Amino acid sequence: MSRIKDLQKNLFGGTTSNARQFGMIFTLVAIVLIFQIWTDGLTLRSDNLIALFQQNSYILILAIGMLMVIVAGHIDLSVGSIAAFTGILVAKSMTEWDLPWPAAIVFGLAIGAVIGAWQGFWVAYVGVPAFIVTLAGMLLFRGGNQFIGNAQSIPVPEGFREIGSGFLPEFGPNTGYNNATLLLGLAAAAAVVWREIRTRNTRRAMDADPAPMWVSILRMAIMVGVIAFASLRFASGRVGTSFPISGIILLLLVIAYSFYTRNTAGGRHIYAVGGNSRAAELSGVKLKRVNFFVMMNMSVLAALAGMIFVARSAASGPQDGNGWELDAIAAVFIGGAAVAGGIGTISGSIVGGLVMAVLNNGLQLQGVGTDKVQIIKGLVLLLAVAIDVYNKSQGRFSIIGSLMRPFRREDSAPPASPPDAERKPAKAAVSG
Amino acid sequence: MSNVPTLLEMRSITKEFPGVKALSDVNLVVRAGEIHAICGENGAGKSTLMKVLSGVYPYGSYDGQIVYQGSESKFSDIRASENAGIVIIHQELALIPGMSIAENIFLGNEPRKRGAIDWKAANRMALDLMARVGLQEDPDTLIKDIGVGKQQLVEIAKAFAKDVKLLILDEPTAALNEADSRHLLDLLRGFRSRGITSIMISHKLNEIEAIADQITILRDGRTVETLDVKADGVDEDRIVRGMVGRELSSRFPDHTPKIGDVFFEVRDWNVRHPISADRQVCKNESFVVRRGEIVGFAGLMGAGRTELAMSVFGRSYGVYESGTIIKDGKEIVLKSVADAIDNGLAYVSEDRKAIGLNLLDDIKSSTVAAKLSKISHHGVLSEVEEYQAAEAYRKELRTKAPSVDVGVSKLSGGNQQKVVLAKWMFTDPDLLILDEPTRGIDVGAKYEIYGIIQRLADEGKGVVVISSELPELIGLCDRIYTVFEGAITGEIARADATPENLMKQMTSTKKLATR
Repeated sequence: MSRIKDLQKNLFGGTTSNARQFGMIFTLVAIVLIFQIWTDGLTLRSDNLIALFQQNSYILILAIGMLMVIVAGHIDLSVGSIAAFTGILVAKSMTEWDLPWPAAIVFGLAIGAVIGAWQGFWVAYVGVPAFIVTLAGMLLFRGGNQFIGNAQSIPVPEGFREIGSGFLPEFGPNTGYNNATLLLGLAAAAAVVWREIRTRNTRRAMDADPAPMWVSILRMAIMVGVIAFASLRFASGRVGTSFPISGIILLLLVIAYSFYTRNTAGGRHIYAVGGNSRAAELSGVKLKRVNFFVMMNMSVLAALAGMIFVARSAASGPQDGNGWELDAIAAVFIGGAAVAGGIGTISGSIVGGLVMAVLNNGLQLQGVGTDKVQIIKGLVLLLAVAIDVYNKSQGRFSIIGSLMRPFRREDSAPPASPPDAERKPAKAAVSG
Repeated sequence: MSNVPTLLEMRSITKEFPGVKALSDVNLVVRAGEIHAICGENGAGKSTLMKVLSGVYPYGSYDGQIVYQGSESKFSDIRASENAGIVIIHQELALIPGMSIAENIFLGNEPRKRGAIDWKAANRMALDLMARVGLQEDPDTLIKDIGVGKQQLVEIAKAFAKDVKLLILDEPTAALNEADSRHLLDLLRGFRSRGITSIMISHKLNEIEAIADQITILRDGRTVETLDVKADGVDEDRIVRGMVGRELSSRFPDHTPKIGDVFFEVRDWNVRHPISADRQVCKNESFVVRRGEIVGFAGLMGAGRTELAMSVFGRSYGVYESGTIIKDGKEIVLKSVADAIDNGLAYVSEDRKAIGLNLLDDIKSSTVAAKLSKISHHGVLSEVEEYQAAEAYRKELRTKAPSVDVGVSKLSGGNQQKVVLAKWMFTDPDLLILDEPTRGIDVGAKYEIYGIIQRLADEGKGVVVISSELPELIGLCDRIYTVFEGAITGEIARADATPENLMKQMTSTKKLATR
């Protein structure tokens, strides 16, 4: 096999899901580069990157929860309102009831859990469609926010603001960079190498040939290069700035939830329920429990997102979180999730969210008005999902999956016998 | 027979999909006024051929020629072929459950008066069409309120509303019970005497033998042969030989049962319908299963066999009323599917696509789906063990797939069924309940599935087989219970099992006096 073929086959594609995930990253990189050129280098400047993360971390946190809700076959329209409702209560708890800020954060998460239990109860145990339950929740908690806050803003104290606008601290010798951020980058690079080694071992254990060594090394080099670039950028911003705390929270959540959805029975059950709930039930999956969990989890994450937003803007207001649900849902669908449920990944949704974020940011840097930005974002969402739907009707994988078709392992080569003729055999992908 | 005019000729049809040649050089000649059967294993290309004919795959997307009523036809879509009088009735009925019979018959073809639908005329015409297919119902009855058999008739009436000349039926009796099947076949004979030509795709070879004038056999996307039923003296074995390309010496593998003691018992089982609480779906049913025994459940469609099985399997159907389950001498209470799995029960559902599999999954994750704990360590799934388990079953059951990473939606019916079997074998059950384990599966794969069932029994498991095909039950089972209207009406040992015997018990309400 020629080297080019080796590369095509293996660079981004250990497994199908890996391939898709990398495919989305590929799209994101393209958009970043386009804006980098268009904005004369403004896009990747330290302060812009930092702002980008701070401004979007709460949407991305919502996207994590939303992905699980959508994979399970539901939707949550209430996240923006829940974020606002939690925000005002938390702000009030600190300013009027003098709760110390760490306790206020716990209080906020508890509010999210209670609201989530409320919504999960209706969805899972009564059987009201999540669309309706959360539409009601959207009104309910928006009204609740304005009722409690008298439609006024309530400021939050200094310590609390850290989770929204804080940065990794400065310490150690003066290197001209933020040392904590550099360490974080090092840890990330080590994780990439560790993962690569693990993947190779896993594939060997599964009787499949691991990618050729030089491909593995190239892949690691690219990843480590990106990480190095990013950590240097984040570490070299204005003095006092570095990698944002909200970014750290996001990172931890992404890692934890990716692990949960991919490597645990609970995560598998969410996909099973979304793929075929009756089949899942007959395989011993506790349907109600899964539905309850995803709805409740979403509300907890919405509460967290709301607190981060309040912390960043230093006050909780009556219009906080307006339209967040739509941004989160858009991120998940751009990230390759299926409207009917059962398909989607956390990392895909994050990349989907970043695509929207970079687009937003780049257009604003260029001075494009919010009117036009909205038009463009709407078209991007429509186009991304339309390509996805079209590709599926052609029997191919999702949008970005199809972009990456040449990189996929030949795991969907035509089966030995022609597939059931009622379905389109076209589903068999041609490997590059 | 050459004086009978030809209605349709499909000449060297070739249809390719990326990576797969679904049809290559297929020829089909249908004479006017005959019933022409198309046989072949799953994946042989039957349905693809019919989709080419009916314009689902438009002219230009395939190679070859369709000559219909003497001239070449180039159908651009289904509407074009319907206008020419070719109507296809799919296996999955295309009716709208919440609409009435009349509304369904004229859907997309509504009789109009000054732009508005003329319901008076529609109902009148519907009654007329319904009479032609022998359907006695109020045309205002909703589709969801009539049985599958009658729904099938509505589909045919719908075809007549379009002035059909060539009626194509894809597995028309797959979902029907014996009585409804017989009615449908009689109907087709009636159409033949009125000059309507039919093409019928079916796996039920006895029906084909009984009704078809000619049979075209496809294998691996090619025409094998066209047989004239009367002239060639065709019987089932002859058709099977054409389909599989070899002689199947027997439809069932040889097997000497090693039957042990009773280990599973259901006593006085009573279950009510989940919605209409006054309907009892299981009436005081009791049965036993021995180790190493294959126990059959015979009954007409709607007799309540599936309901019995599912209600035993962790109350996954209906509302439990009373009754006990005893396993290995101890009473067990199964309140959920998870309980049932933990207690060594497995239920392979009758509809693998709708409730048996998550079609988005690959073979790997489907195989382990019912017992994730077996590949988990401290809550973390092991990809390697998942792969190893799936691969072992793929080899053991000889599932045809290049690897276990392949999506189950890409497999043929027989191979999907093997994945479902693997999924439940993976749970290490003591009792396997198989509901219509060979429905929609071709002859070769059926033989393999029978072999698997027998091996499972030989391992000392109890196997319950629910089937609507009496020859299957008679050939496979050591003992057969008959079920009628939610009650067990008989228990027949292998030696006494004949279709007549079973049929008598399946249609009588005489309660079994002794067990």
